[in-house]
Amino acid sequence: MFYRETGQFKTSYAADQQIFPIRQDRVGVILLLLVAFIVVPLVAGSYWFNAILIPFLIFALAALGLNILTGYAGQLSLGSAAFMAVGAYAAYNFQVRVEGMPILVSFLLGGLTAAGVGILFGLPSLRIKGFYLAVATLAAQFFIVWCLTKFPYLSNYSSSGVISVPGVEMAGFTFDTPQSRYLLVLSIVTVLALLAKNMVRSTTGRAWMAVRDMDVAAEVIGIRLMHTKLLAFAVSSFYCGVAGALYAFLYLGSVEPDGFSLDLSFKILFMIIVGGVGSILGSFLGAAFILLLPIFLDISLPWLSELLHLPFDGATVSHIQLMIFGALIMFFLIVEPHGLARLWQIGKEKLRLWPFPH
Amino acid sequence: MQFFLEVLIGGLLSGVMYSLVALGFVLIFKASGVFNFAQGAMVYFAALSLVGCMGMGAPLWLAFILAFAIMTLLGIATEKFVLRKMVNQAPIALFMATIGLAFFIEGLAPLLWGNEVRALEIGLVDEPIAWILDNYNMVVSSFDLFAAGLALALVALLALFFQYTRVGRALRAVADDHQAALSIGIPLQHIWALVWAVAGFVALVAGMLWGSRNGVQFALTFTALKALPVLILGGFTSVPGAIVGGLIIGASEKLAEIYIPPVLAGWFGGNFGGIEGWFPYVMALLFLLVRPEGLFGEKHIDRV
Repeated sequence: MFYRETGQFKTSYAADQQIFPIRQDRVGVILLLLVAFIVVPLVAGSYWFNAILIPFLIFALAALGLNILTGYAGQLSLGSAAFMAVGAYAAYNFQVRVEGMPILVSFLLGGLTAAGVGILFGLPSLRIKGFYLAVATLAAQFFIVWCLTKFPYLSNYSSSGVISVPGVEMAGFTFDTPQSRYLLVLSIVTVLALLAKNMVRSTTGRAWMAVRDMDVAAEVIGIRLMHTKLLAFAVSSFYCGVAGALYAFLYLGSVEPDGFSLDLSFKILFMIIVGGVGSILGSFLGAAFILLLPIFLDISLPWLSELLHLPFDGATVSHIQLMIFGALIMFFLIVEPHGLARLWQIGKEKLRLWPFPH
Repeated sequence: MQFFLEVLIGGLLSGVMYSLVALGFVLIFKASGVFNFAQGAMVYFAALSLVGCMGMGAPLWLAFILAFAIMTLLGIATEKFVLRKMVNQAPIALFMATIGLAFFIEGLAPLLWGNEVRALEIGLVDEPIAWILDNYNMVVSSFDLFAAGLALALVALLALFFQYTRVGRALRAVADDHQAALSIGIPLQHIWALVWAVAGFVALVAGMLWGSRNGVQFALTFTALKALPVLILGGFTSVPGAIVGGLIIGASEKLAEIYIPPVLAGWFGGNFGGIEGWFPYVMALLFLLVRPEGLFGEKHIDRV
């Protein structure tokens, strides 16, 4: 009874086509945003901002980017970390080399550069499909990281490609406290997430889904394959690129090319699998899960070994962590192949009827 | 010219080692349509088991049999606890599950056997063959030659096995169509367990050769990354493709590593070593643009 849309009549096209057509959704999203923008900065400590909230938002953005490509357009990619790297390094170069460049414009240009590179590495998708394409995207992963290491120009001639970003400043205000950086990341992620939510229900998004479900059939009904696939690569890489720029500027402050390794790509892929392939909400849920799981294991395993008097040393704990991580991924895929977002879907169905049986 | 030939032969021989890992991928993909990312982790696990058994005092042949038994158990467990529960799921979900499996094995292997780098002695020496060195003045490692011979023998064996035995025919039937195979009474689950065991055997041979050459260490899992371009170049479903692809990748990778960085350094200045990491991928990618299904892969026909 809490989630019934009965009685919510739409009397105008604008009302019918709004982004959250059900009132409960609108109220929920607004409440969530209020909590995120006002309550969280008041109560959370700096550990929460630095170790959990900021990386959560950044990874959620990267997962969102990959989800657009893999979940909506059906093109499996293993190179998302490389596109994050492009975004980070491009934003850094614009910031350092252009005098007085506003930081937001740097992020935007970083994202656009990543989009350009994404289009380049998306070109093979016109010819090859499925796992062949997945392996081909590894070419992007290894090639881009290699380029960033080997061309000193790209890292402003710092040793071994490490970049240390200058302080983030906007219109005279310096983002030096965790709160302010959190709020900046949150604003950017909110805008981009709402944009994505809108995009996937537009003509573009529907074309992506048609291509995902069967690209030959999509071509037959008049969808331009080249245009659609490359647009998916561009938009996805843009999101990953902005995430990478935020990762470098507002989370770590100093990154090296090897930080954007294949492991990071896999991590982002796990996020969308666990969260839900083809779901905006799923990107956030998956990012939270994959980010919190190691922290949880870090805390719980030493505690557990003490409790049971097992002689675990640091290496053993890290091996067990790896095993639990792998086992949980398999467990998730077996039990809920549609991810956490699907659980939320089921929960909504239940809420619609509760407490009545029918 | 001499140097060129030497690099070429070295590349071809190391390419055979890549083929060996790629072969494991091909076997599982052929029989179950699963793109098994855990193959690299299996190579690591197999090599560690082999060294571990030898460390307990078993001779090489016994350790090999024990390690094979462990790999078979792993294969059966994978089939029983993961694959059987994921029948009818999308290929990408199965692929993700094998990445999870890779993490699991990468944690399990050092937990069982310890994570220090170990030497594996299989009674082969890595030194140039004197006869070739004397007559042609080229360095060709006897170890590499032996490894290549072993890999070729293994491929021939597998090809015969697939072609002429009852089980091999069943494997090919399952690869063609799961449901049709089931309906004529082929026990799908046994076949899958079997093919994982065979892939474990290939991983064991690969792990033995790679391990005795570079030491048994975590880096063995990265052999999977070497095998992937071989795989897409040769085609996912072709055993000969894995061999030919391995030869091409091995040779061109070594040649590129020698000849391309000086050119790049000439243009831009600086050090451009380490292109081995991406060069095979880019080459395989360019090749795929011409032949999207790889050298020997089955041509895919789309129907609406």
